[in-house]
Order: sequence, then structure tokens, then C-alpha cells
Amino acid sequence: MRPDDVLRFGGRALTSARGRTWLMLLAMAIGVAAVVVLTALGDGARRYVSNEFSSLGTHLLVMLPGRTETSGAAPPLVGGTPRDITLEDVRALQRAREIRLLAPIVVGSAPVSHKQLERESTILGSTAAMLDIRNLELASGRFLPDDDLLHAAPLAVLGAKLKQHLFGNQPALGEWIRLNDRRYRVIGVLKPMGESIGVDIGDVAIIPAASAQALFDTESVFRVLIQADGRERIGQAKAAALAIMKDRHNGEEDVTVITQDALLATFDGIFQTLTFSVVGIAAISLGVAGILIMNVMLVSVSQRTAEVGLLKALGGRERQILWLFLVEAGLLSLAGAALGLLLALAGVWGLGRTLPELPLVVPPWSIAAALLVSLGTGLLFGVLPARRAARLDPVFALNRR
Amino acid sequence: MIRLEGIERLFQVGDEQVHALRGVDLTLEAGEYVSLMGPSGSGKSTLLNVLGLLDRPNAGRYWFEGIDTAELAEERRADLRRDRIGFVFQSFHLIGRLTARENVELPLMLAGIAPAERHARASKVLDALGLEDRADHRPDQLSGGQRQRVAIARATILEPALLLADEPTGNLDKHSSADVMRVLEELNQSGLTLVVVTHDPEVGERARRRIHMEDGAIVSG
Repeated sequence: MRPDDVLRFGGRALTSARGRTWLMLLAMAIGVAAVVVLTALGDGARRYVSNEFSSLGTHLLVMLPGRTETSGAAPPLVGGTPRDITLEDVRALQRAREIRLLAPIVVGSAPVSHKQLERESTILGSTAAMLDIRNLELASGRFLPDDDLLHAAPLAVLGAKLKQHLFGNQPALGEWIRLNDRRYRVIGVLKPMGESIGVDIGDVAIIPAASAQALFDTESVFRVLIQADGRERIGQAKAAALAIMKDRHNGEEDVTVITQDALLATFDGIFQTLTFSVVGIAAISLGVAGILIMNVMLVSVSQRTAEVGLLKALGGRERQILWLFLVEAGLLSLAGAALGLLLALAGVWGLGRTLPELPLVVPPWSIAAALLVSLGTGLLFGVLPARRAARLDPVFALNRR
Repeated sequence: MIRLEGIERLFQVGDEQVHALRGVDLTLEAGEYVSLMGPSGSGKSTLLNVLGLLDRPNAGRYWFEGIDTAELAEERRADLRRDRIGFVFQSFHLIGRLTARENVELPLMLAGIAPAERHARASKVLDALGLEDRADHRPDQLSGGQRQRVAIARATILEPALLLADEPTGNLDKHSSADVMRVLEELNQSGLTLVVVTHDPEVGERARRRIHMEDGAIVSG
């Protein structure tokens, strides 16, 4: 038999039995669409949770001076007081490959004034990296410039509450404010936010770390915020930070690095559960799709037993008859899968519009799985009954109508 | 051309064994016109299916054009059915979605013959049966007699040696019946061996050789 004849025969069989073909296409399309849409939803939920957690700062490590661990050994005789962390230390830490972002924090309190208005506020000395590490957002202007760590520029970014207190509804950008007796130019205002690292971020002035050290007349850094290069490198980042500090402090481990272990463990648990649910959803929808397709194909081929009998009587070989049904099932599966994918894309698009906060992406593996299942079940359940019919006594097959 | 020796065919129906054919011996010469008659359940259709290589006997031997069919693989039997044997059924067995021409072309398609040649050959056979203006009609647009003539065209397009007709007039009125029988007999006169199963005596009487069956055995002929 010629391949073009096989294709034409299958195509004709599908297009002539329109009701049945549409039913089968619908079954397949719904199956394929269900797999793709449900996995996109599940995966979207997973991504959403993952994003929320990383904005909570799961990648974050905090370094502080001094050892907080209690050791069983006798108290050291020399070097009892821990050495401070300096901006030079911070600069050295920046070179570690495991660390993506690094922000020193210098904290103090000072009166902030503009013209006649004054307010006692928290002053944070930091760098440009703090914006990303703490997920701060600007209402206007810009954040601290990403320049030399040791450069004490007279610049300030104000928290929303502090800006409101000093300027009311007047624009603050470009104005000069006074901290103690030093003058700083306002270059940005933060969006209203809650607390961050235990500080009410609405009521702060953020200035460059070196400026804060000058303001408070200190050489030391209160904390260093470290963001690891990915969640799985948190341990490495911690080890690298400790090693660098030990090296710089004459072999003495006099800093502490805190990771957010409890948060991480919770996150891992939730993430794992969500991954399992996505896999479960995919498996169930694949199964349902398969059974749907199987049923329609079984009915369809059983209805055509007489045709199989006729083809046998006319001298069709078993293999030829199987081939005819295989190609027909393949055509049907392809069309059904294409229709299903269109349906799925439309569905995902619609869901994306109704649930904008969910990052909906169709995972490529789900498309592959859906196609495999529709083709697999379509072919399997198109051919199994056809094979039974082809093996059937043609006399019996012919007399069934 | 055909020789049957001691053909037995048993069917299992529930717990019972039904002896559809018992000890059938039969010889058919090329070009013969034979009717197979008998009451229903006498085994005439079963014998026809054995002759047409659609059914395998449980015992006995069957030579078709000198070939011992018991030793043939299923694929060779399929090829013989396609090339040497034609079937005509009571219920026509035309495929409803295909036109008359496409139905006639089916054996050629199974044989892998190119569309252009198929078209020409089908036209020739349809013309010979007076169906030239019905070639592009689907079976549901044809009368019963026309349908059976399409089925005969399909059965004979590969110029078989043996034509087997199972109650070919069973679903037809008197006029169409006579028409179909005339077509079959013309084919027989051109050299085709014709076997007609019927329980209509009027149809059966037309054959030169009449075989009567009862209880799975040939009683006369």
C-alpha cells in the first residue's frame, strides 16, 4: 500500500465521521489542555512561593563582630575583646565568589533637621547593595551611588515617614538636610514600608557607610548583610566569609555569621510539598486524559469491525490494516494535541489575566508530556482494538454491524 | 481448480460443539457455475468462507489452483484473496464514506497500484457494469441493485479466478435480483468460476450445477 493512500484513507475516515471525530478531538484536546494548564498553575504557585520567600531574605546571612558561641575552653588570656569589622574587611569580603551582594550597616541615632523642623531618627550607613538585599523600593529619586566604599559622600535617602515630617507634601529631592552639624543632600525617598532588620524603615535616613562612620566617629561596622549566590551556596558563602575574616584577623575567628536556618527549613518543606503537588496534578491529569482518549478510541474502532472484516476479505494483510488504523489514530492524536495546546495557551493567558500575581509559565516538560500521552494513548488505543479486529475471524467481523 | 477432501469445521457455541461442516468432499472445475443451497444452518455459508480462504477448516485438505492452502501463511492467504478470489455479500459491505469508484479501487489500493492507473481500471469496470454515471456517488445515493453492482465491480477488478457470492440477491427486489444475477452470469460466461450461496430456489435453479447441503454435509450435487 502506498503511504499517500494510507494517509488519505485515514483522513477520509476522520473527516467523514464528523461527530465521532469531533468527540475524539475534544477528548484529546481537553486531556492535553488539562495537563498543560494544571501544571502551569501548579508551577506558578511554586514560583510564587519561591519568590515570596526569597524576598523575605532566605538567601541572607548576617555577620556581626564577636563570637556568640559558648565554648568549653578557658577564657582566652589575650585578645579578649573582639576586633571590629571595618570597611576594609567589607571590601575584602566583596571579592568572595560565593557572595553575590554585600552591604555593611553602620547604625546610629541623630537629630535630623530641615529649616525649623527637627526629628530624632535612626541613621543607617550602608551602600548601594542594600537596596537589593533588603528589597527596598524608592518612591522618588535614586538610592546611594555604587561608588567607593570609603568615600564619605554627603548624600541621604529618607524614609517615607521622616520625609513627611520634615517636608510635608513639598518635594524633598535636592534639598539639604542636617544631621548633627553635617549637611547632606536628599537624593531619594523610600516607599512606605514596614520594619526591616528591626528598624522602622519609614523613620530612617540612609547615608553612605563612610559618611555614617564619620558622623558617629567610629571605625567599626555594626553588621554586614551578605546575600549568597543562590540558595544552595549559603553554606559556602558562610564558610568563605568566615575564612576571609579569620585570615584578616590574624587567624582568630572573632566574628559570627548567622544564617536563617529555621526559615530555610520551613521554605524547603513548603517547596518540596508544592513540587510534589505539581507532579501529582500532572500525573492525575495525564491519567485522566489517557483514559478519556482510550475510551473514545475503543468505541470508535469497535464500531468499525465490519470494515476491518471487509478489508481482510478484500485481501488486506493484518499489517496493512493495522497501519491504516495507526495512521488514522496518529492524525487524530496530532490534531487533538494541537487543538489542546491552543486551548491550553488560551487558558493560561486567561488565568494570567485574572491572577496577575501568579507567575504563570507553561513548563516545556508539561507540553512534552501532554504530547507524549496523547500520541501514546491515541496510538495504543487506536491500534489495540484494531489489532483485535484484524486478528478476528473475518467471517465474524463481517457479520457484525 | 478447487479440490476439497474431508473438510471438517467445528464451532464452539457455549458448551456445545456445532459441526458446521462434516466430511465435505468437493471438486470445482475452472469456469463452473455452481449454486450452494440448503436450509439455514446447513453449512453453506461456512463452506463458502472456507472456499474463500476466510475460514480455516479444523480437518481435511483444500487445494486452490493446485496449492495446498493448509500450509499457507496468513499473509499468502490474504494475497490470494486479493488477487484470485472475489467476494459479493448480501449486505454489499460498501464503505459508506467512499464513492462508488473509491470502493471499487480498494483492492487496487491494498495492492499498492498508483492512483492514475486505479482510476482508469475502475472506470473500465464501472463502465462495463453500466455504472459510469454513478462513479462519484456514495453508496447511500445508490439503489440496492446499483450497490450490488458496485460490489461486483470491486470483487472483479483484479480479475480473480473465483467469485463467491453469499446471498447476493438477499436484500434486493425481483427486478434488481434478475439484473444482478445476469451480471454474475455474464462474468461466468467470460470464464470466471462462480459459486452462489442462496436459499432462493429461483436463483439456485439458474446454476448449471446445484449442490444441496444439510447438517454440514453435501447431500446432492
